[in-house]
Amino acid sequence: MTTPPSIPDRAAPGGTLLEVRAVSKGFGSREVLKTLSLEIASGEFLTLLGESGSGKTTLLRLIAGFEQPTAGEIWMHGTRLDTLPPYRRRVNTVFQHYALFPHLKVSENVAYGLQAAGTAKADIAARVTEALAMVRMQEYAAAKPAKLSGGQQQRVALARALVNRPQLLLLDEPLSALDANLRKEMQSELKSLQREVGITFLFVTHDQDEAMALSDRIALLRNGGLEQVASPREIYARPATAYTARFIGQTNLLEARVASGVASCRDFSFPCAVSDGPALFSLRPEAISLGDDTRQPADAIRFCATIRQQIYSGASELLELQTANGAILRARIPSAGPLSGSYSFAFCADDAIPVRE
Amino acid sequence: MYSRTYRLLVSVPPVLWVALFLLFPYALLFAHGFWSVRDGVIVHSWNFRNYATLFQNPLYWQVLLRTARIAASVTLLSILLGYPLAYFLSFHAGPRKELLYQLVIVPLWVSYLVRGYAWKTILGSDGVLNGFLHYLHITREPLPALLYSPFAVVVMLTHIYTPFVFLPIYASLEHIPRPLIEASHDLGASGRTTFLRIILPLSLPGLLAGATFAFVLSLGDFLAPLLVGGSSGTMIANIVQSLFGAAYDWPLGAAISVCILLFTLAILGFSERLEKRWSFE
Amino acid sequence: MNSRSATSRVLAAYAALVFAFIYSPIAVLVVYSFNRDGVGGFPPRHFTFDWYRQLFSSDTAIWDSVLNSLLVAAGAVLVSLLLGLLAALALDRVDFPAKALFRRLVLLPLILPGIITGLSMLMFAVFARFERSLTLVFLGHGTALISVATTEIFAGLQKMDRRQEEASLDLGATPWRTFWLVTLPNLRLSLIAAGLLVFTLSMDEIAVTFFLIGSDNTLPLEIWGRLRRGITPEINAISSLILAASVVLLVVWYHLRTRSERQ
Repeated sequence: MTTPPSIPDRAAPGGTLLEVRAVSKGFGSREVLKTLSLEIASGEFLTLLGESGSGKTTLLRLIAGFEQPTAGEIWMHGTRLDTLPPYRRRVNTVFQHYALFPHLKVSENVAYGLQAAGTAKADIAARVTEALAMVRMQEYAAAKPAKLSGGQQQRVALARALVNRPQLLLLDEPLSALDANLRKEMQSELKSLQREVGITFLFVTHDQDEAMALSDRIALLRNGGLEQVASPREIYARPATAYTARFIGQTNLLEARVASGVASCRDFSFPCAVSDGPALFSLRPEAISLGDDTRQPADAIRFCATIRQQIYSGASELLELQTANGAILRARIPSAGPLSGSYSFAFCADDAIPVRE
Repeated sequence: MYSRTYRLLVSVPPVLWVALFLLFPYALLFAHGFWSVRDGVIVHSWNFRNYATLFQNPLYWQVLLRTARIAASVTLLSILLGYPLAYFLSFHAGPRKELLYQLVIVPLWVSYLVRGYAWKTILGSDGVLNGFLHYLHITREPLPALLYSPFAVVVMLTHIYTPFVFLPIYASLEHIPRPLIEASHDLGASGRTTFLRIILPLSLPGLLAGATFAFVLSLGDFLAPLLVGGSSGTMIANIVQSLFGAAYDWPLGAAISVCILLFTLAILGFSERLEKRWSFE
Repeated sequence: MNSRSATSRVLAAYAALVFAFIYSPIAVLVVYSFNRDGVGGFPPRHFTFDWYRQLFSSDTAIWDSVLNSLLVAAGAVLVSLLLGLLAALALDRVDFPAKALFRRLVLLPLILPGIITGLSMLMFAVFARFERSLTLVFLGHGTALISVATTEIFAGLQKMDRRQEEASLDLGATPWRTFWLVTLPNLRLSLIAAGLLVFTLSMDEIAVTFFLIGSDNTLPLEIWGRLRRGITPEINAISSLILAASVVLLVVWYHLRTRSERQ
């Protein structure tokens, strides 16, 4: 057992591409970002996750250059980035509603950045074809954006950004306007595209499932500050705070009092490695199983509870439990048929993760 | 959902009225172009003589050319004044945008005659402008050719039509989604390139609408020349007006009017087709 | 970021010049209506109310023409609102033949030079042996301005919730009753706005009026007649008053617009 991590995860090896150094951003009297620091590694797929108002889109726009930080600096590859206008940054953006130029054909849209950079005509044609092939939109090269569906427009927007070979690609909730099935399809396309191209992706979303599926690391933002930065598995298994534990996946938050390495809740106690005093633990519903489950180790923590609600969802079901002392817990078990009354439940002490707040 | 009575009640009266009081009069105008005048009476014998007169007499061509030149100047100047103004309001005016917009609209509600009259008092040889220049010792003699010239007509009509040209340009500029401009910058285009490749093309439909309006109405204007044009500033509509007045020849006047009408409809049709091609929805 | 503020400043200066061009004639007009020495020359000295006094005391012809203009405008509003309302309803709910043609035809008086519409109506009047008079003028205005009313009322119909009418019919009210108790009240703001617009345009109309007028003048034509004879600051005075009235109407119109948008 370890103490809850209090330093943000260092960027993975591959070298640091972008450094956000203590950046703050306010609009009038409203402070949207509060001295936020973040490192993005070269070649990684990092997702900025958070509720609306958490500051994730603002941070993206600061990196793109559409806003200026009120304090702090942004550096990319050893050069100061935030003093450059957007058209001088080696950063490109895929906008939420694609922002394709309606009066230009698809091929002209994709060629736009290359033309602005003064690339030779022959090179432009070749690179445009290459980029369109990468997103499988070659046959639409002569079409106008108005004739394309949402998913198709999104792919053109992607090609338009990637053709410039930016050092960093920013994606501002690009999939939120698509319907559910298309979204899933585009998610896996994006993931494989990023692997193929090797460009660093900075992805913004409020959908945690999307973040978990796509990212190498997730940066969870809350009220303009960084709550936790870690890989999806890490952030799910070892949330640093109660907010993280609740935002990503579901959890039971146990209030306990720790004395000499034992955490005591109203209904049970378990060993832990936290210093004495009040403490908060996160226990995922899937960590709780029915007491008669033979896979439980001998030293599992057991308690009794009545089943208040049973929510069936095919492969598993979510049970809402009430203990003798009135505590409400949620357990996710493999589907076991209709249950009622009191049962014995068990979980491993290791699965109770100490969290801050 | 709507009964037959309802449908007849709402559609028949306006259609009948418009057919009777609009379509039929325009048709009458058209017909008159083929008639002629003899001994002060209109004779309903159908012929093309009026149109022949029109095409053969160099006087008419001269006036027509001058009219086209004036209309073109007014349109061009209105665009030169109206476009930057609209651009400034849309992209650089910030929170004062709404107020400034209202300030541009107000003059539209000031009577045409009133504004024309104002220019008459300004441009005359004892007018305000000459007095102003004299007062500042810029000129010693009053400038003669300001009033009663094509120049005065152009100035007056530009003054009238600049707000009219401003309106659709402003609307189309406002209509451009701001993410498009950010996308252009994001892709590496500077402010100037963004304007030339994104903003200007997307504002063309509005520009075209305003320009067409200004050109067509300037072409057929007869009041401005009467107020400030003098004899050198006569336009084609003045000829028509005099043919319906002192120089009594209604058929000839009708023929010229029909020419103006057809030319106007052609420009409107052409402009509409262009607008459809250039609008990107 | 530097080039953007430089561009801003240049544009702002240019915009100021354009505003100056648009407003200085109007300013000159108003200022010289108070000038004792008449119109022209610079700078204006000797402030006086004389011209306004003259306007209000001895100039009856002007006020007769104002009355005529008001009557004509009222008539035009009546004609255009009535026909415009029917036309808007028809365009919204009925598929009648030649609908597209009707739409274009009704717009023509607004985009063609006034002289063409004026002459056409004059010929019609002669054909129908109808005297040139104020009546003819208001019929002409009303007809020419139908599309103004139609556009405004049509927009109001589109904004209206259809289901109110359906609810009314469902509850047992006849279509006639529904029209009076549901449709019309919903269109109230559109009708007022359309009426104001037609009124203003009619008051200022010259081109069409020029050919249809008889011996009684409307205000613009009265001023026109005087202009042909010579310039007096009295014309400045009446023009300034027209300007003031226009601004007041504009403010009213603007308030109505924002009120309707807020609904």
